[in-house]
Amino acid sequence: MSSSRSDQASPVEPIDGPLRPNDHADGDAPDGIRQPALGFVGWLRWGWRQLTSMRTAVVLLLLLAIAAIPGSIVPQRTADPNGVTQYKSDNPELYPILDSLSLFDVYSSPWFSAIYLLLFVSLIGCVIPRTKHHWKAMRSRPPRTPARLARLDDHTEAVVQVPAGKDADATAAEAIDIAGDQLRRAGYRVERYDGRGTFSVSAERGYLRETGNLVFHASLVGVLIAVGVGGGYTYTGQDVLVEGQSFVNTLADYSSFNPGRFVDTETLPPYSMTLEEFQVSYIPAGEPGAGQAGDFAAILTTRVPGQEEKAGEVRVNHPLDLEGDRIYLMGNGYAPTLTVRDAEGLVVFSESVPFLPQDASMTSLGVVKITDGMPEQLGLIGFFYPTAAALTTGALTSVYPDLINPVLTLDVYAGDLGIDDGTPRSVYTLDPEGMEQLTGRAVDVDSIELAPGETADLPNGLGSITFENASPAGVDGYAESVPRFASLSIHRDVGASWVLLFAVLATLGLLVALFVPRRRMWVKAVVDGETVRLEYAGLARGEDPTLRAAVDDVSRRHGDALEAHLRATD
Amino acid sequence: MPATEALSLDDVSVLLVWTAIVIYALAFIAYAVDLARRSDQAIKAQDERVRELVAAGGARNGESLSDLRAQEAASAAELDARPGERARYLWARIATTLTWLAFLFHVAADVLRGVAAERVPWANMYEFALTGTMLIVAVYLGVLFRYDLRFLGAFVTGLVVVLLGGATLAYYVEVQPLMDPLKSVWLVIHVFVASLSTAFFALAFALSVLQLFQARRETRARAAATVAVDAAVARPARSGFLRILPGADALESLAYRFAIIGFIFWTFTLIAGSIWANDAWGRYWGFDTKEVWTFVIWVLYAGYIHARATRGWRGTRSAWLSIIGFATVIFNFTIVNQFFKGLHAYSGLE
Ligand code: HEM
Repeated sequence: MSSSRSDQASPVEPIDGPLRPNDHADGDAPDGIRQPALGFVGWLRWGWRQLTSMRTAVVLLLLLAIAAIPGSIVPQRTADPNGVTQYKSDNPELYPILDSLSLFDVYSSPWFSAIYLLLFVSLIGCVIPRTKHHWKAMRSRPPRTPARLARLDDHTEAVVQVPAGKDADATAAEAIDIAGDQLRRAGYRVERYDGRGTFSVSAERGYLRETGNLVFHASLVGVLIAVGVGGGYTYTGQDVLVEGQSFVNTLADYSSFNPGRFVDTETLPPYSMTLEEFQVSYIPAGEPGAGQAGDFAAILTTRVPGQEEKAGEVRVNHPLDLEGDRIYLMGNGYAPTLTVRDAEGLVVFSESVPFLPQDASMTSLGVVKITDGMPEQLGLIGFFYPTAAALTTGALTSVYPDLINPVLTLDVYAGDLGIDDGTPRSVYTLDPEGMEQLTGRAVDVDSIELAPGETADLPNGLGSITFENASPAGVDGYAESVPRFASLSIHRDVGASWVLLFAVLATLGLLVALFVPRRRMWVKAVVDGETVRLEYAGLARGEDPTLRAAVDDVSRRHGDALEAHLRATD
Repeated sequence: MPATEALSLDDVSVLLVWTAIVIYALAFIAYAVDLARRSDQAIKAQDERVRELVAAGGARNGESLSDLRAQEAASAAELDARPGERARYLWARIATTLTWLAFLFHVAADVLRGVAAERVPWANMYEFALTGTMLIVAVYLGVLFRYDLRFLGAFVTGLVVVLLGGATLAYYVEVQPLMDPLKSVWLVIHVFVASLSTAFFALAFALSVLQLFQARRETRARAAATVAVDAAVARPARSGFLRILPGADALESLAYRFAIIGFIFWTFTLIAGSIWANDAWGRYWGFDTKEVWTFVIWVLYAGYIHARATRGWRGTRSAWLSIIGFATVIFNFTIVNQFFKGLHAYSGLE
């Protein structure tokens, strides 16, 4: 087994080996601690050398690892905004302190950024001189054969008899010719160094190792740049579509939209799509995983100007590619169709309202806001149970996610919805502050309870509400009585493919850097009377567990070839 | 036929798992006996030599540097010996045979679980543990063809008994159909490769731990050798177990070799995970808890590779990084999976 050790005195002058930071285990040892030369430039140079040292790289890497951890413990604004809100209300004391330390935005915090930026400056400062050096090394000759090969760890010898009537020098030279050929064919760069009575070939291989290392480190810079620049051109937007509804790719049609810095929101690719159907299947009761939903699919029709209508499909793990955007399925649920009439019987509201699922059995929560057409604004908060069953308390719950016994319960509030003063309000929440509750337990009036197709009176003679049955004519049962919605997320990320490219390059570089051995090999023939002494030696440049075997292999193959050659020319 | 309830494939799989655990435990005992016997022999041989030296008029205590070097050379040769040329330690051979037997049961259990579930058997915590420990043993048995690492046998079988036993008791769930996000080829690739790199990191970890002990022993011996020969204060090191192991340097470079293979697989895990995340969640990277920890582990091992190449960090310090790295891998699998909130909610546990 052979590994390079820094403490062993190298018998070979270190000529054009790979350039490494000077505290690299194989690097040129600094003679003691170098004191900085006084003066500004001296300090700068010293600082730079510290920053580009291996020790700094190790420390920064460890710091980076440690700094990343808090972001997995404290909820992050980007990944889990609700978690942050929750945290704030749970820990009102702690929250401002953590917030001032950027602990809710760890990965864009000044301290996290400082670490990785320093690391990358160090990386660049490390890679550039090494690249220059490597460029030169690749075009220089393998170094002169050391005088005493026997001093190397991995070394063997053999002695051959010069055939009668042959010149010893010529035999030695021929032996080295053969060795040179063999080494060249094995991928070494070779150079002859002949002297009086000694002939030798110096060979080196594995430049690719350093190339791989440099490609790896440079690709990391590539990844960082691609992430940074790509982020500026990336946008994501969300929209909720009920079966039958359409979406046009303009800013106005998104329910939320997050553009990167350089995104021009006026020139989004022009396309539109309609949600024809949302498919889902449930594992039947009695089987393992009963009630688990799966095989979600949003069946779409997409339209691009100048092209024919096309059918499209969005599934989990299978986004739809459309005009450079990718469309993802993020959620789904029921959207009961409700019609509200005033006291005269005139329709004041008729819509399918998405109800947000609260549990695996699709107990869903929804809000209806009626702004106009009634004496006062009305707000309705309701639960939808696709398969309703009564709990012992009398309250309803859903026991199965599919439409078997759909029931909708609603409580009515009257007053000011608070949407006219311009404050943005979520369509999914209702703030009953300043409103009068008309039904529900709190006021001892029964909540409204409806099955598809049923109508109920609103309290105080306000009018009526109908839960429309959406089943096509002639279909019995409730299976198609309530439309479904899909929440879609639309993304454009031009950086992603660059990130992938650099990541793959980095991996290839890594493979080469870690597994291609870099080594020097020498074969020397010394004439000694009527015999020629052959010496073989190898020297590892970096990690090289197979060097010993390689030296043995070279000597064996050379011995065989030489013997065959001598016999043939006999 | 009597009307007893037939065993399901999964029940059979669990039975096979327990059989495997019992046999691994037996293998562990056999490996431990092997280590004890070999250490004993090493100490006896040493005492013999000391007696001879004392008889010849020399004064000695503990072990000398030349002893150390001789042991190192012998154990290095032993490490590299091909299967046919190895020393025939009876208990080690029994232990390895038992490990193979347990491994066969383990593979059968894993395959049956997959057949019962009609998919790859690595989609929840129990199955990760089942397949992951199987890969640890597979890598160990595979490596035995190249290096004589039987001195790690007790560690490997012990670890597998604890992890597999623990997982079967704490994480077992019946076969469940896959959730939609898991229906992806990336489940097959990403999770498998992650488990594979864990197996290599485990071996690197064990070697790094041994390296630390060995380095301490070598420092002591060196100190004892520089102090005058009659310095009887230096306690003769009786750590017989360490005498049959390769030297700290050899252990380190071996640990490094496993760690870099693990690191390559981990890099691949990271990339494959990002591709999958891009398909499933619409972004390739979002610092989800599991992503954070995968990244932390990757950076730690990059640190380890650097440390080993850095003067002043090579040796003991870098060994600690390898140990911390593996501790983090285990933490990531157990604590992060169960208790950290995130999108990777696939433990299958309530
Ligand atoms: C983003 C930060 C970095 C990461 C993730 C990283 C990662 C790696 C990895 C995985 C290796 C082993 C593969 C190979 O040999 O190519 C390596 C090797 C190396 N890196 Fe880095 N590196 C980083 C920064 C740096 C910096 C700042 C320096 C310069 C101070 C540096 C210098 C080196 C050297 C000299 C080697 C060869 C080590 C050897 O001989 O075994 N790296 N790095």
